[in-house]
Amino acid sequence: MTGVLAPLPVLLPLLGAAAALLVGRHSRLQRAVSILVLSAVVAVSVALLFIADANGAAAVAVGDWPVPVAIVLVVDRLSALMLVVASTVGLGVLVFAVGQGTADGDEDTPLSIFHPTYLVLIGGVSYAFLAGDLFNLYVGFEVLLTSSYVLLTMGGSAPRIRAGITYVVVSLLSSLLFLASIALIYAATGTVNLAQLSLRIAELPDGTQLLLHGLLLIAFGIKAAVFPLSAWLPDSYPTAPAPVTAVFAGLLTKVGVYAIIRTQTLLFPDGALDDVLMWAALATMLIGILGAVAQSDIRRILSFTLVSHIGYMVFGIALASTAGLAGAIFYVVHHIAIQTTLFLVAGLVERRGGTMATGRLGGLATASPLLAVLFFVPAMNLAGIPPFSGFIGKVGLLGAGIADGGWAAYVLVGGAVVTSLLTLVAMSRVWTRAFWRPPAQAASADTAAAAARDAGPDDGPEDDPTGADGTDDDGLDLGPAGGATSTTEARQSGRRGGWARHVAVATAAPEGGEGRPSGGDDDRDPSLEPLPAVMTAATGVMVALTVGLTLIAGPLYGLTARAADDLRDRLPYIEAVYGEQVPR
Amino acid sequence: MTPTIVLPVVIGGLYAAGVYLLLDRSLTRVILGFVLLGNATNLLLLSASGPAALAPIFGYAEAEEMSDPLPQALVLTAIVITFGVTAFLLAMVHRSWRLVRQEVIEVDEEDRRVARREGMDADDIDPDDLPTEDRPAGKGNTLHSDVDVEERLAQRYEGIPSDDVTLPPTRGGRS
Repeated sequence: MTGVLAPLPVLLPLLGAAAALLVGRHSRLQRAVSILVLSAVVAVSVALLFIADANGAAAVAVGDWPVPVAIVLVVDRLSALMLVVASTVGLGVLVFAVGQGTADGDEDTPLSIFHPTYLVLIGGVSYAFLAGDLFNLYVGFEVLLTSSYVLLTMGGSAPRIRAGITYVVVSLLSSLLFLASIALIYAATGTVNLAQLSLRIAELPDGTQLLLHGLLLIAFGIKAAVFPLSAWLPDSYPTAPAPVTAVFAGLLTKVGVYAIIRTQTLLFPDGALDDVLMWAALATMLIGILGAVAQSDIRRILSFTLVSHIGYMVFGIALASTAGLAGAIFYVVHHIAIQTTLFLVAGLVERRGGTMATGRLGGLATASPLLAVLFFVPAMNLAGIPPFSGFIGKVGLLGAGIADGGWAAYVLVGGAVVTSLLTLVAMSRVWTRAFWRPPAQAASADTAAAAARDAGPDDGPEDDPTGADGTDDDGLDLGPAGGATSTTEARQSGRRGGWARHVAVATAAPEGGEGRPSGGDDDRDPSLEPLPAVMTAATGVMVALTVGLTLIAGPLYGLTARAADDLRDRLPYIEAVYGEQVPR
Repeated sequence: MTPTIVLPVVIGGLYAAGVYLLLDRSLTRVILGFVLLGNATNLLLLSASGPAALAPIFGYAEAEEMSDPLPQALVLTAIVITFGVTAFLLAMVHRSWRLVRQEVIEVDEEDRRVARREGMDADDIDPDDLPTEDRPAGKGNTLHSDVDVEERLAQRYEGIPSDDVTLPPTRGGRS
C-alpha cells in the first residue's frame, strides 16, 4: 500500500503543475486543477500517516532496484506527519490565494504562473520529506527553492527584486554548502543513502565526523534560519504577497528543521555538536524576539517571531532526548500551522486597513470584529497562552529541558520562558495598536485622505457612497489636515491603493496588472473594502485548524512521542530501507 | 590510476576566487562568484569518485577499471540545477538594473529606519511623514510605486537617453 501511495505526494503536484500550466488560459479550470490536486495530496498524506503509525516505517525503492543502489522514498511517522501538515497548510493557503485572485477580479487573466509554481513548491517540499538519500534531499531542496525564487519575485517590482536577490544568493550559498558536504560525505563513505550512511558514518574517525556534521548543520541552519544564519529571513519575507509569505513562513524553514532532525538523529546520533546547537537555539530565540519587539510593521514582526520560534525546535533537538525530540516535532507541527495563519491574517489586515504599519492602523476591532478574532486567537496561540497548542508544545519542551537537568538546559528553559513573554509583548503591541485603540489615536492619514479624495478632482462619482461609508465605519471626523494636505494625501492614498492592488494582482497573475480597466476602480481605497468572503473563510478554517490542534493535542503528542522513539532508535528507519538483512 | 594534485589545487583556487567575488557588493561579481563556486563544488563532487579511470560504460571497460559513475550522475544533476539558477539570477540582476539603475546589493531601508530610531516606541515615526528618500522600501503602504521610481530615474539620468527609463516595469500582458 505504501509502495503505491508514497510517490504520490511528489508526483501529483508535479503532474498537477504541468496540467495547470496547460490550462493556464482558463483561470477557473486552473484553480480547480490546483485545488483538486492539493486535496488529493492531503488525502494521500493522511492515509500514509495512518499506515505509518499503524505499521511503522516503510520504504519504496523506486524502479525496484536492489536497495543500496536504488533511490528510496522513506515514509516513517515523522515524514508522514510532516507531509500531512505541509499539504493541509498548502491547501489552505492556496484557497486563500484563489480568494485573493477572485476578489481582485482577474477572472480572465491570460497566463497565470502562480498556480503551477505553487504546486511545484509543494511537490519539492514533499520530496524533501520523503527522500531517503542525501542527494535527493538536495534535489527536493532545489525544487522547492527554485519555485520559491519565482514566487518571491513575482511581479518583479523594485522592493521584491531587492529582497529576492538577498534571498536567492543566500539560498544558493546554502545549497552549494550542502552539495559540497554531500561530495565530502560520499568521498568518505562511498554512499549517499541515509540508511547506509547511518551505519558507515559511525566507522569514520571523530575529526572527519565532526567536519561533515558541522558542514551539514551550517547548510541546514541557513535554510532553517538558525542564528547566526538567520539575518536573511526578516529581510526577504515581508515584501512578498501575503499567501506567498504565509506558505514560506510555514513550510520552508521547517524543511530545514526537518533536515536538522534527520542529521541529528539518523546520521550523527552521538550528539557531538549538541552544545553548539543549544547555544544557537538560545541566541535564535532571544535575538529573534528582540527584533520582533523593535519592529513596527506587522509582517516584519511576524518574520522575526518566525526566526525566534525556530529556536524552540532547535532547543528540543539539541536536548537529544526522546521527550525533547517529541516536543520539537509537536512544536514544528504547531508552528507551521500558526505562523501560516498569522501571515494570512496579516494579509487580511492589509486589505482591511490598507497598511501594515502598526502606527497607522487603529480601531480594527470595532471596524471588523471578525478580523479581530481571527488575529487574536492565533496570536495568543503563538505566545503560548493556555489552553492553546502553543502552550502545550512549550510545556513539553520546557519539561524535557528540566528533565535533562544540565545547567545549559536550565538556561535554555529560562530563555524559552523569556522569549514566550516577549512574544506576548510583541503580539499584544500589534493587538493594542491595530485593533484595540480607538481609530482617532492612529495617524489619521488614511481617513483624511479618503475624505480629501471625496472632494478631489480625479474621484469618480461611483466612489462617493463607498467613501462615505468607510468614514462612518471608522467613526472619525475629518481632521483639520484633510483640507490642507488634500492633494498630496490623495496622491499617496491612490498609490497605496494601487500598490495593494498590485500586490494582489501579482499573486494571481503578474501579467494582469496593465490589462485591467483602470477607471475609478483603481483609485478605490482598500481600507474601505469589505473582507472578501473566500479569503476570510480560508483564514477562518486555518484558525479553526490551529485551535483543533489543541483539541487533538493528546493523540498528536502521543504520535510525536512515537515518532521521536523511532528516530532515537534509528533501527525502524534502517530496517524499513534494508528489509530483514541489515548489513552489520 | 595515480592521484593528481591538479584537481585539488583547481578546486581550492575556484573556491577562493568564488568566495572573494561573492563578498562583493556588485551583483555581476556575485553572479560570477556563484558560478565559480558552483564549478568548484562540481569538481569536488567529481573528485569524490577517486582517481581517473575508464568511462563507466557497460561492455566498454571491466568493472575494476571503471571510474565511479554515481558522482558523475550527481554532477550532471548539479550542473543542470546551477545552470538554471544562474539564468534566473541573471534575469533578476538585469531587472534590478532596469528598475533602479544599480547593480549593487541594496540596503533594506526599513531595517535602517528601525536601527536609526531613537525612541523605544516603534510607532513614533510615521513613515509617510518622512521625506521620500527616507521612506522604507519593501512595504506596501509607503513604497514608492513604480511611478515614483520612474520619476526619480528620469530626474537622475536626465541627460542619458534610454528607453529603459520610461519603460513600465514588469507589465507584460495585454496592451
